[in-house]
Amino acid sequence: MEHQKVIQQICADLGNDPKRMMDILWTVQDRLGCIAPASMGLIADLTHTQRVVVEGVVSFYAFFHQEVQGQNVIYLCEDIIDQHAGFNALKETVESCLGIQPGQMTKDGLFSFYLAPSIGMCDQAPAALINQTPVTKLTPTLLKRIINNLRKGKPVAATIPKLGDGNNSHPLIQSMVQNNVRKQGEVLLSGHQNDEGLSKALSLSPAEVIDYVLKADLKGRGGAGYRSAEKWKIAADTPAKSRFLICNADEGEPGTFKDRLLLTERAHQLIEGMTIAAYAIEATQGILYLRAEYRYLQPYLESVLSERRQKALLGENISDTDFDFDIRIQLGAGAYICGEESALISSCEGKRGEPTTKPPFPAVYGYLGLPTIVNNVETFCNLPPILAKGSDWFRSIGTEKSKGTKLLSVCGDCDRPGIYELPMGIKLSEVLSSCGALNTEAVQVGGASGVLIGRSDFDRQLCFEDLPTAGAIMIFNSQRNILKIVNYFMHFFIEESCGYCTPCRVGNVFLKERLDKIMNGLGEPADLEYLRNLSATVRETSRCGLGHTSPNPILSSMENFPLVYAALLKEHPSGEQAGFNIQKALDESRIIAKRRSLIYDPDFSSGEGRGNQE
Amino acid sequence: MSKRKVRIATTSLAGCFGCHMSLLDIDERIVDLMAIAEFDRSPLNDKKTFTRRCDIGLVEGGCCNEDNVHVLKEFRKNCDVLVAVGQCAIMGGLPVMRNAIMHSEDPLRECLDEAYTTSKVLNPSKQIPNDPALPLILDKVYTCAQVVKIDYQIPGCPPSGDTLWAALTALIKNEEPTLDYALIKFD
Repeated sequence: MEHQKVIQQICADLGNDPKRMMDILWTVQDRLGCIAPASMGLIADLTHTQRVVVEGVVSFYAFFHQEVQGQNVIYLCEDIIDQHAGFNALKETVESCLGIQPGQMTKDGLFSFYLAPSIGMCDQAPAALINQTPVTKLTPTLLKRIINNLRKGKPVAATIPKLGDGNNSHPLIQSMVQNNVRKQGEVLLSGHQNDEGLSKALSLSPAEVIDYVLKADLKGRGGAGYRSAEKWKIAADTPAKSRFLICNADEGEPGTFKDRLLLTERAHQLIEGMTIAAYAIEATQGILYLRAEYRYLQPYLESVLSERRQKALLGENISDTDFDFDIRIQLGAGAYICGEESALISSCEGKRGEPTTKPPFPAVYGYLGLPTIVNNVETFCNLPPILAKGSDWFRSIGTEKSKGTKLLSVCGDCDRPGIYELPMGIKLSEVLSSCGALNTEAVQVGGASGVLIGRSDFDRQLCFEDLPTAGAIMIFNSQRNILKIVNYFMHFFIEESCGYCTPCRVGNVFLKERLDKIMNGLGEPADLEYLRNLSATVRETSRCGLGHTSPNPILSSMENFPLVYAALLKEHPSGEQAGFNIQKALDESRIIAKRRSLIYDPDFSSGEGRGNQE
Repeated sequence: MSKRKVRIATTSLAGCFGCHMSLLDIDERIVDLMAIAEFDRSPLNDKKTFTRRCDIGLVEGGCCNEDNVHVLKEFRKNCDVLVAVGQCAIMGGLPVMRNAIMHSEDPLRECLDEAYTTSKVLNPSKQIPNDPALPLILDKVYTCAQVVKIDYQIPGCPPSGDTLWAALTALIKNEEPTLDYALIKFD
């Protein structure tokens, strides 16, 4: 009864609007500890939708829970970088301190324990989210202390050693996260522009702003590298009542954390950039889609928004013009696929984060059917400097086809992991030497969906024409097991596939199974052919970018580290499949039937020698 | 001297014999077949063991018990070209549906209980068959290609007589079998 009132209130506060399902579910879970099956029917009634729709959303996102959670919730980051940095010891610590496995709650209801794929803290791994507070450079000792203090009712914030640098110690953030800025380039991280870019934009017509950015040749920083202003032009040229602007801050690619820095230290620049883009496409509303792992930044970001509203830099009549634009923050709930723009739009609409079929592209038919522009955090942050300093200045940095600088999230086996802002076209080897990477064996460029390259490719350039990346540079030294790295990425894709299309949902599982077989020493040369063929199928027939890129780690490691595979493969001339183990297949049956095999248990017959008696 | 006849062996593992029935749908062409080929181990002639090495082995059905595995390995050992015939042999078919019980602590027990004790199907004794002569059931159903290497797969449930004829005659002539669209279009 009590719960019912709470839910009614929450839904009413959000206008009983099914489009705000994400916010409704977050608030219900915050208040009631979980989104119980009984709540779903009520939420469905109140928002005039069906229970199955609500359950569909709840079950889609990793951070939504149908079972009651403990008072304290621990998410341990299981990223490959964290695994190399001591994840196993932390997992054992939680398991021994609390006596629970991932996915379980302690009997006293004090703790729940989950694993998270990547929480954007790879530069300070191993990390965890404890009660939504990021805890980084975690050691078993610190973890034990946090758990003991939580038992005594002391919050995580009281136990963390010290606050991070810069805005991380802002009263509204109060986090131990370190920015780890190692190199400030000339576009994004050097000095504030104080809304110079926005004033410049407002002095131009929207079409002129588009031309300006077109001339600067800014390409999207989310990975695909589409020219931003061209996308805007499509939206601007689509006749519509209004248009919509979304900032993709769902930085889910394992090994990426550059948006975390921009959101922490360049929030004004980001919102300014969004405002400029909104002016260019004549959008009046926007969304900042913030990944749930960065929820600790939300109060601060809200304060930036309201500060800008007070200064008339956001809201109605921006800078005394007739341009209106406002932004709301939409919190995600833990789904990698929501980094894909159409999935992100689905999520903003309160639905499961499933990609849609394209065309129509979001620029023509996006959020609520409106022409919608989705750009990455870094792309928006580039706009104010471009407007303020001119497109020629921007074009002078970088290479022929890749202008400007790129924020790189460098992590893994190096002395100085962190953020590097470097001109486009920089050689990977230069990045490796500036971050102090020694004895590097392999580098995963572009996160899980990127490519794994070896020493002979370290002289390649990071830019759209050679090695494109959304920023993730994961470094692995010669101590690391290449196949284990690839296998983790496949595990990641299996977990994060939305399951809509078969090639991705099933294909990735089969790819990992075959890789497991090779890693278990049962591989045959024909397995490589199988991996290549299946990878091609997954790539060509999947519906969205996840499946188009998920075979990359396997394909690139097969190409760049052929000896790693070759060493594990051998022919089995008998014609039998090495992966099949008849003894294992019979174990359970022997127990249930309480007898042994007439064919395969040697004391009944000699080996497999029954054939002649048949 | 005339050329020796091509030797063919066939078997039905976890299948329904539908593929074998379909093979009989080649109708009078069986006379042509017999002119150039002969059956060795096969349920069609009730020969239960291989008398000599065979050129072609046709396998219907996947592996649901130890006997299926044993027979399949025998076929691999004794046939030059091994062909998985029909959906059960290729993908597991109907029997593989029990693999869907995967989130249970003990999937096999749950499957047997569902089939013999808890279901509404008439089984007054509620007994799970366990005669010592029965081969042990596997933990799950395996496709032929999971157990041994398979050279060709002929799709269909069952593949039509025409499909089997086209594939078989090509294999007999030592040609790469190709199946026209009409032969593998199922709806």
